[in-house]
Amino acid sequence: MSMLGLYVPGDSVLHRLPVGAKLLVLLSAVTAVVAFADLWSALGAALAALLLYPLCGFTFRHVWRVLRPLLPFLAVIALFQALVGDGATAVRVCAQLAMAVLLSGLVTLSTRVSEMLGLFERLARPLRYAGVRPDRVALVLALTIRCLPLAASAWQASREAYVARGLRGRPHLMVVPVIIGLIRSAEAMGEALAARGID
Amino acid sequence: MLRLENVTHAYDGRLVLRDISLELGEHRIGLIGANGSGKSTLARTLNGLIVPDSGRVLLDGLDTRTHAREIRRRVGFVFSDAAAQIVMPTVAEDVEVGLRGRGPTREEIDERVRCVLERHGLAGHRDHPAHLLSGGQKQMLALASVLVTEPEILVCDEPTTLLDLRNIKVIEQTLRGLAQQVILLTHHLDTLAGFDRVLVMDAGSIVFDGAPDAAVAYYTELMALSAPTEGEHQS
Repeated sequence: MSMLGLYVPGDSVLHRLPVGAKLLVLLSAVTAVVAFADLWSALGAALAALLLYPLCGFTFRHVWRVLRPLLPFLAVIALFQALVGDGATAVRVCAQLAMAVLLSGLVTLSTRVSEMLGLFERLARPLRYAGVRPDRVALVLALTIRCLPLAASAWQASREAYVARGLRGRPHLMVVPVIIGLIRSAEAMGEALAARGID
Repeated sequence: MLRLENVTHAYDGRLVLRDISLELGEHRIGLIGANGSGKSTLARTLNGLIVPDSGRVLLDGLDTRTHAREIRRRVGFVFSDAAAQIVMPTVAEDVEVGLRGRGPTREEIDERVRCVLERHGLAGHRDHPAHLLSGGQKQMLALASVLVTEPEILVCDEPTTLLDLRNIKVIEQTLRGLAQQVILLTHHLDTLAGFDRVLVMDAGSIVFDGAPDAAVAYYTELMALSAPTEGEHQS
């Protein structure tokens, strides 16, 4: 897993497709299905998105990993739509959402972070005229993604120290070490970037 | 060649480097000393990460004060905490980030990344999340990320401090096999066998400069003399 951990190496057509094209197809497909607002089209699109997974070399484990976080939301939305509207609308909305998430998952699973950042860098090029460096925009995004596991590990270390010292009922004591740990990590990362000629 | 001329540096009024003048031309140079002796600060002046308060650090005549960017491209730096050096989410992406904006084409970048990952036993981890690697693999990644830029000189600040014995050996072997000039800061004195020159630092000064055996003997005695006595421990 990468980018929060989803990139899966492969050699499918989807893997080889430029990231810009993938995002354009994703945007067009989702817009079309939502705008069409038809039950059978939504179900067909969701099924097609599902079938694309094995075709692109992904397994149903990947499907599950992409869809699992959505399931509680689908349940709430289906219930709400069934109560205020009708069953067909509930199924259609859920199918549209599932299709959108499945297609987004396909893009994430088949795209390296660096490719995504390359696209952002290109999209940010007009910002040069406002004094913004596009490569720095991409780097900031990359560092943000990188800092998530770093923050998690600072929290874990602080929690372990808290438990090891037999402290209980005062979880706020973990906050300061986490902040200090993150500041230290940020300084070290800045130094490492400078040492690698990125400053 | 790296040259230090009367380098002095202080943090908050505390002198950490005292008027150091050196020429660092040997292929393998070790730098040892107690914690807080000024080793890391000295190492950081070598590629301009720290600009000394007074004195100059020169690489082939270029001053780190005015040519830091150019010098950093020629002097690679490996830190002790490998995790803090990882700036990109996956192994390959982290290695290639230092090559961006340096001129190579996409194909050249891919090829250099592939070669360096293969050489350092990371080819199988190419697309793995860098933060999930083991400690030894992370340090190897840190080394690969610096070596891919092909620096002329490599400064390593205690790269084996956080590693187990097996990984220490792997990193040592890797460093030994490098064509580059290596300046190694370490507490693992065995690593210095075969080095051309070893410097001992104490309280911000170079107190010994010579062959590894003599330097290690000097340092060992220095540490024995400065170790607290039993009475001091109890108090």
